Amino acid sequence: MKRLSIVSSLALMLASNAVYAETNITWWHAMGGALGETVNQIATDFNASQDEYTITPVFKGSYEETLTSGIAAFRAGEQPNIMQVFDAGAATVIGAKGATVPVQDLLTENGVEFDINDYISGVRYFYADADGKMIGMPFNSSSPIMYFNVDALAAAGVEAPKTWEEFETTTAPALIEAGYIPLAQSHSPWIFVENFVSRHNLPFATNDNGYTGTDTQILVNSDELKMHWTNVKEWLDEGKYAWYGASWDDNQAPFEEGKVAIWMGSSGSFGGLMQKDLPFEFSATYLPYWEAITTEPTQTFIGGASLFAMAGKSDEENAATAAFFQYLTSPEVQYMWHRETGYVPITTAAYELAKEDGHYDRFPAAEVGIKQLSLASGENTKGYRMGFYPQIRDVMNREFGRILTDETSVDAAFETIETEANELLSRFAMTQN
Amino acid sequence: MKRAGFSDRWLPVLFLLPQLTIIFIFFYWPAAHALRSSFFLQDPFGFGETFVGMKNYTMLLDSASYMRAAWFTVIFTSLVTFLSLSIALLLAVKADKVIRGAKTYRTLLMWVYAVAPPVAGVIGLVLFDQSWGPLRDFVALFGWDFRLGVNYFDTAFTLVVMSVWKQLPVNFIFFLSGLQSIPRSVREAALIDNRSAAGRFWDVTFPLLAPTGFFLLIINITYSLFDTFGIFDTQFKGEPGNNPMTLVYKVYLDGFRGNDLGGSSAQSVILMVLVLALTIFQFRMVERRIHYT
Repeated sequence: MKRLSIVSSLALMLASNAVYAETNITWWHAMGGALGETVNQIATDFNASQDEYTITPVFKGSYEETLTSGIAAFRAGEQPNIMQVFDAGAATVIGAKGATVPVQDLLTENGVEFDINDYISGVRYFYADADGKMIGMPFNSSSPIMYFNVDALAAAGVEAPKTWEEFETTTAPALIEAGYIPLAQSHSPWIFVENFVSRHNLPFATNDNGYTGTDTQILVNSDELKMHWTNVKEWLDEGKYAWYGASWDDNQAPFEEGKVAIWMGSSGSFGGLMQKDLPFEFSATYLPYWEAITTEPTQTFIGGASLFAMAGKSDEENAATAAFFQYLTSPEVQYMWHRETGYVPITTAAYELAKEDGHYDRFPAAEVGIKQLSLASGENTKGYRMGFYPQIRDVMNREFGRILTDETSVDAAFETIETEANELLSRFAMTQN
Repeated sequence: MKRAGFSDRWLPVLFLLPQLTIIFIFFYWPAAHALRSSFFLQDPFGFGETFVGMKNYTMLLDSASYMRAAWFTVIFTSLVTFLSLSIALLLAVKADKVIRGAKTYRTLLMWVYAVAPPVAGVIGLVLFDQSWGPLRDFVALFGWDFRLGVNYFDTAFTLVVMSVWKQLPVNFIFFLSGLQSIPRSVREAALIDNRSAAGRFWDVTFPLLAPTGFFLLIINITYSLFDTFGIFDTQFKGEPGNNPMTLVYKVYLDGFRGNDLGGSSAQSVILMVLVLALTIFQFRMVERRIHYT
């Protein structure tokens, strides 16, 4: 009798397991603080929406730390199903063929309809290969935009500048007069190099900005960039621009305190700024451009990060990953993510939903990022693909810091950036054999 | 005299085995890997690699930023070692003379020992913060526009101050016990010979402290080179920028942030050789000349 009950209970256990056998997948991400809470919310909602799959998000630190942990885990055969990789790390992970399953293949193989044209144009090809196949699923896509203190600009009697010429001659002097520091920005390589070249449709690197080969050379030692940085240094000396070091937050804080009138940050900073209940009204607009360089400014690159499906997983787990991606790109989830964080909606459908819901009537600044990403495109606005790019950014940050603290000249700094970046690129090319 | 020993050859080996295994797994094996990687350029995910010979090394010698980090490391290590040793010695000599409340006084001086380097880094950030740091406000009284994280010199200053502060208690404890182990008779004899306290210190106390001092010298050099990592890491807030950095931090940046395994391995091999040289120097050259009492 006793034996029978054991057998029957075992059978029951097996049966219930079969019924409730969920496929578990993990997602390593770099979204801390309020962003992390929203990520957890998405995962909880996904788990509640069906009972075949369970996703577990794990916070792994900064973007760089997440990438490094993911790589180390992959080499040990312990990789997560989904890894979040930031813009600068794209070349590393896309270059390692066999490390990930291209998201486009993953979705079509698992019967999820996929059309790259559903994605908004600025987002579409950044994480794609040279043939336009999407490798990474854009997730938290952002673009640098120009935030401004509405009260400060009103006090100075100026509008947000459309061009750098306008900033230099009209906006900045009026803001200084009104007792404000006119300008700060939080990420020199991203805002004053990468999106500078995109906004002016300037080539960033050879090989179609790095997409079509690994023997790429960077093209930053250009008259346009040197002209811009010569001006930035002059603005610093004249008090039109203030620099608080390479850290993001140190440059954002003076804007929040109301000392700095115009701050360039990420469209993804919007959610955080809204939560902070600032003592002044703020709004945002496009990044300015130099009329001296172009009269037809173009769109910016997407920044932020994308999600990669790691290779070496079972079919069931890949099916779960595909189901999660399908859920994540649904208009409702995208709109929720966009609304809570300020990151842009990645599909046209989600953007339409946000418009219909009146989100932009309530918060016009929330639309700036996506509108800027949807401006006219050019041959150099698709993105860039360069290996060891996190280090190239570090080189830029170091040299820009040296320019701004009088340790080097603009010409010497850009020569150093070019030399060191090309050295890193040629080293990366050798790792790809 | 009868020589004690093992009759079985393998028994001592068996006793040594746990220790040897640990050294092999956590030191020799990774060190061998680093040495091998330093001659290759490797895809971060481990798919491909190219043999490049000495190129990872020659590149470092040609790199202005690496040389700048090397020079900063030399200056930083000398400053931190000299300052933390001399201040700790001064404090120990003074604390040795305290009679009333000696225990409380000494405990207070040792407290900082419990602070981990990253925490020391965060304290430095708070004290010297560029917009509301109390010490920044203090030095501003003297016309010093202190900008932590912006100005190279100011950042280096903060790094040195915090590293010295963190290391003082260790040196203090060792110097104090060193002072207390000097026999009373020696001190009393010196008191008769020389009336000047400073003279007695340099002629008698200081030479007798030499073994302690030398041991601390090595400990402090390795501390400045390696253990200050946490202080640097918190000061940089994720973006090294144009801030000064040591060679160890550069190994981390290139290897763990940049995923350049070959270049980073070459740098760690260089550091390994440096430590080896330091150890040989410690054992061969100086231990002979210093007499432990």
